[in-house]
Amino acid sequence: MSEVKKIATRASYGNALAELGKKHDDVIVLDADLAAATQTGVFKKEFPERHIDCGIAECNMMGIAAGIATTGKVPFASTFAMFAAGRAFEQVRNSVGYPKLNVKIGATHGGISVGEDGATHQCCEDFALMRTIPGMVVACPADDIEAKAMVEAAYEHVGPMYMRFGRLAVPVINDNPDYKFELGKGIVLREGKDLTIIANGLCVAPSLEAAEKLAQEGIEAKVINIHTIKPLDEELVVAAAKETGKVVTVEEHSIIGGLGGAVCECLAEKAPVPVKRIGINDVYGESGPAAALLEKYGLDAAGIYKQIKAFV
Amino acid sequence: MEKLELQKIANEVRKDIVTAVHAAKAGHPGGSLSAADLFTYLYFEEMNIDPKDPKKADRDRFVLSKGHTAPGLYSVLAERGYFPKEDLKTLRHLGSYLQGHPDMKHIPGVDMSSGSLGQGISAAVGMALSAKLSGDTYRVYTLLGDGEIQEGQVWEAAMFAGARNLDNLVVIVDNNGLQIDGKIEDVCSPYPIDKKFEAFNFHVINVADGNDMDQLKAAFDEARATKGMPTAIVMKTVKGKGISFMENQVGWHGKAPNDEQYVQAMEELEKAGEALCQK
Repeated sequence: MSEVKKIATRASYGNALAELGKKHDDVIVLDADLAAATQTGVFKKEFPERHIDCGIAECNMMGIAAGIATTGKVPFASTFAMFAAGRAFEQVRNSVGYPKLNVKIGATHGGISVGEDGATHQCCEDFALMRTIPGMVVACPADDIEAKAMVEAAYEHVGPMYMRFGRLAVPVINDNPDYKFELGKGIVLREGKDLTIIANGLCVAPSLEAAEKLAQEGIEAKVINIHTIKPLDEELVVAAAKETGKVVTVEEHSIIGGLGGAVCECLAEKAPVPVKRIGINDVYGESGPAAALLEKYGLDAAGIYKQIKAFV
Repeated sequence: MEKLELQKIANEVRKDIVTAVHAAKAGHPGGSLSAADLFTYLYFEEMNIDPKDPKKADRDRFVLSKGHTAPGLYSVLAERGYFPKEDLKTLRHLGSYLQGHPDMKHIPGVDMSSGSLGQGISAAVGMALSAKLSGDTYRVYTLLGDGEIQEGQVWEAAMFAGARNLDNLVVIVDNNGLQIDGKIEDVCSPYPIDKKFEAFNFHVINVADGNDMDQLKAAFDEARATKGMPTAIVMKTVKGKGISFMENQVGWHGKAPNDEQYVQAMEELEKAGEALCQK
């Protein structure tokens, strides 16, 4: 896929915010000394008076966002996933989630594809953490097109929402005229009768590649992009499980509590079928180039293919 | 409002606090009583609010960062007419809207949910910032415990407020000197409180007696006149103020009076009320 246009979803986030700022005066963007990295700097350039740098104080930033939301404006609080979901978890739970405030959290640098910074900055727990907060919408886009649509949808949605974006440039896969983004609705990208692959984020593209490789061996995989982990599109997940009898989840997140966890919880109750969770296997990441890390941890197309092959 | 009237209301607020906590068989009377005069001053004198329109856009805001003293806030809200006084007896009961800690979704007059210490001040800073962004003139008040300021987030928020010159923000510290484990200076001293806020670019006002209406008035008038920086009011108070056996007793931080103690507390407050009526 080397010829395909690639863009990091964090860049999409910054661009989408700038677009949103043009349309809506009540959009306020907060950052914690990472405007260049989270790409909220793009918004800052256009609307410096509506870009608030809180300094390196993420817990306070979440509280400030909550306070702003009580006055009717729509704050987008931005930092790395590690600090948004990790460090500030309790602020998000108590100051944003509990009062159901209209705060959008734009968390960039999710997963191991953060790369060289290593384990301290590679957040593979954010889906799990955020998913346990009642009323929190949790989402992760697969590419530039989806990321921009997601930011728009986040503004329209009233209530708290967590969005995870990536540092690594990823191929654009949703550039077709039929593409439609709807919060809480999964997207079937490929039909197949032998198993269902459910992926999100930067794992969607390699999952499609893996499905093509499986097809060459006569294994037809249905591929679903679940960009919204919560609320999960249970109807689609259950129908696919019943249709194909086997499910594989693929995510750049711990196999505990993320997309795989959500799918297993749903299927255990509504359509028990064998499930293989592909993700970070309850370990910390490490330093290295993003592509090499994805390969080492089995999240590139070859790794995904190999693990699915062993499962089916 | 006359000082004497405010004192009478504060005395009623104290009765409400003791009654609510007694009915709940749990709760935090000590820090509610130390701040009873402050709650009264804010809601009956200082703040631009309307109990008939609790969410009016240009109202002044109050965030109870030391959220465990909800009985104090609820009592003054009831006295001010936000909801019926009888409801105070449902405090902390299953199914009651009067949750153990302030819940903005269900309690008229509560501007922010709070209770996890250190978080309320950040929300208050966000409100003050929002007013500045859109040119609104409302003011924002937040009350912190002197133990609460051990939380690091308080100083993140203070640094931001000072750096942004939020002169529509007043941070009040209820310096009653006690926290759950003992005297604040024995547990982990936050002193000197005034110098800390000064260092964070606040205008600081020390109030020698935060249970005195005249001194509260002087402090809030000075805060209102202060431009270009936020104000911190550090007020010395007596924990458990107004009830002899609760005053300065660490054990009354988070404990309800039994029936006998309740009767005694109410008798003392009745007497205090009668004395005020004879003035």
